[in-house]
Amino acid sequence: MKLLQALKEAVSSISGNRTRSFLTILGIVIGVGAVISLMAIGQGAQQTITGQIESIGTNVIYLMEGNMSEDVTNPRDLTLLDVKALENRNRAPNIEAVSPVLNANIAVKYGRESENTSVVGSNTAYQKIMNLEIAEGAFFSDSEVNSNASVAVIGPELAQRLLGRTTNVVGTSLRINGQPFRVVGVTVAKGGSQFNNPDLNVYLPITSMQMRVQRGNSAGRVQFIIVQARSSESMDAAIAETNTIMRTSHRLSPRQANDFTISKQDDFLSIASAITNVFTIFLSGIAAISLLVGGIGIMNIMLVSVSERTQEIGLRKALGARKADIKLQFLTESAMLSLLGGVLGIGLGWLLSSAFGIIAEQTGTPLVPIIGIGSVLLATLFSAAIGIFFGLYPASRAANLEPVEALRHE
Amino acid sequence: MTDTFNHEPVIRVRDLKKVYRMGTLEVYALRGIDLEIQPGEIIAIMGPSGSGKSTLMNMIGCLDSPSSGEYYLDGQLVSDLVDDELAAVRNKKIGFVFQNYNLLPRANALQNVELPLRYSDEKTSLRERSASALDKVGLADRMTHKPMELSGGQQQRVAIARAIVNEPAIILADEPTGNLDSKSGQEIMELLLSLNARNGTTLVIVTHDPGVAAQAQRIVHLKDGLVHREENGL
Repeated sequence: MKLLQALKEAVSSISGNRTRSFLTILGIVIGVGAVISLMAIGQGAQQTITGQIESIGTNVIYLMEGNMSEDVTNPRDLTLLDVKALENRNRAPNIEAVSPVLNANIAVKYGRESENTSVVGSNTAYQKIMNLEIAEGAFFSDSEVNSNASVAVIGPELAQRLLGRTTNVVGTSLRINGQPFRVVGVTVAKGGSQFNNPDLNVYLPITSMQMRVQRGNSAGRVQFIIVQARSSESMDAAIAETNTIMRTSHRLSPRQANDFTISKQDDFLSIASAITNVFTIFLSGIAAISLLVGGIGIMNIMLVSVSERTQEIGLRKALGARKADIKLQFLTESAMLSLLGGVLGIGLGWLLSSAFGIIAEQTGTPLVPIIGIGSVLLATLFSAAIGIFFGLYPASRAANLEPVEALRHE
Repeated sequence: MTDTFNHEPVIRVRDLKKVYRMGTLEVYALRGIDLEIQPGEIIAIMGPSGSGKSTLMNMIGCLDSPSSGEYYLDGQLVSDLVDDELAAVRNKKIGFVFQNYNLLPRANALQNVELPLRYSDEKTSLRERSASALDKVGLADRMTHKPMELSGGQQQRVAIARAIVNEPAIILADEPTGNLDSKSGQEIMELLLSLNARNGTTLVIVTHDPGVAAQAQRIVHLKDGLVHREENGL
């Protein structure tokens, strides 16, 4: 009942002074708006990064050369011989598929059209690991890999850019690093970012990539090897098998450290989330400062309001208001002001993140801001708490006024 | 309920002193006031500025505590109560009427009259009691008007309704006609006198207007913080 009354009076006081109330809460509006939109963008970024890492395939292990945690002299290259060793079903029963990758950014030409894009050399298993679906033609075959055939599978967007069409592309001849390649397949559009768009990729047999595109790579070197385990349960076993096979393949003595590195998808995910967490904490710090400034603004105006309403406070005390009644009245008012700022700030944050989402969409950045219920609740509670905290001092100033002095105040 | 016939005074003040300290200097506003006011009495307190008139009014109104001496209000010793206890006493026992009305500008007449009830423990039928108080001061048709929409005399009537809504033991009026023209001033005086006649509410009027004071049963003149002389009015 008392609180209800205090709420009514706060509404009347705030709405009786609209312009000032609005200017007072502007700091909170901007602060909360910043928190909401930055957190939305942060969460969106995390989602995008996680999604891209997960899109690489499931139950996948990455094998790279060198060892970042231990000193290794002359690490051996990863080669197709390693791939062959890993493909041995008897020695690696938990490994489903193995795929070498040799990747380069190269100009791909058709007639006078030229496009710098990512050219990926791999084997047939790559299609399955990456879930590449074929819209037209077929992925290159094992025999084409064995015979380092001049064949290519391309993404639909690259076809659109070079040929101006996405159908009837099979059979076309492209030049990659000056070498002619015949298109045998077009992948189904997947969508993706400007920086990592599979729809712009070119896929070649790894042997053709080594011998025809990167001439001089006759040693069969590859950049990294993707190993797919049979299931998520067999990941650890597959990692152990990979480790054993690779040590044998690289003829490492028991005392020698690995000259290769095995990473799981989870490792990348945890690195990515660590980065985005730092990002979020950083942004939250900035936002917290703006909320602090907003809170001080509220305290300032509440002090002005107490001094303006000194006579009213005196009257209320004369009529029987206790200290707690006066305190409650002013605390309610500052909490309501701040909460109002918080609600408007949530609206502003929503607008900002929507605008950001539209801009991201227009520029092809795969980032959809996500406003979580958690950040909305946090902003609401936090702004109310700021109102109460910064209202405490003005409210107790009001409560401790002497009735005689206050009544006499003009 | 105070019994009017047993002559237990509604206000009994014994050797009341108030000292203000300004640095090392001690200023006596009241030097030892003795005063008894009977229930239902109409009393005027007069005196030049600096006589301690306002200080005594603040003491009687429980807005301030004396430095020494005793004050019994309606049989209760109130001179040594703490702030919140005094607030409760003011709320129940005293109805204030101020020279400048002191109404809340954003609230309408009814809401202004309700204000003391909101600070009281008994919060039943606020609306009905406030409406009835406004009816008693002749403003039944102005309940939803805001102070700015009312004349000075009407505003003071709202203030009087606010003073009587909690059925106090005394009405303490500080220059109640000070801001009004003589006609509305006289109407306000008549209203106060009729409330006294009808309900037996003790009326304490602080004024410097002899015309107002003359309508009281008793006039107490203060000078230099002491009761200088008393005379009978009417």
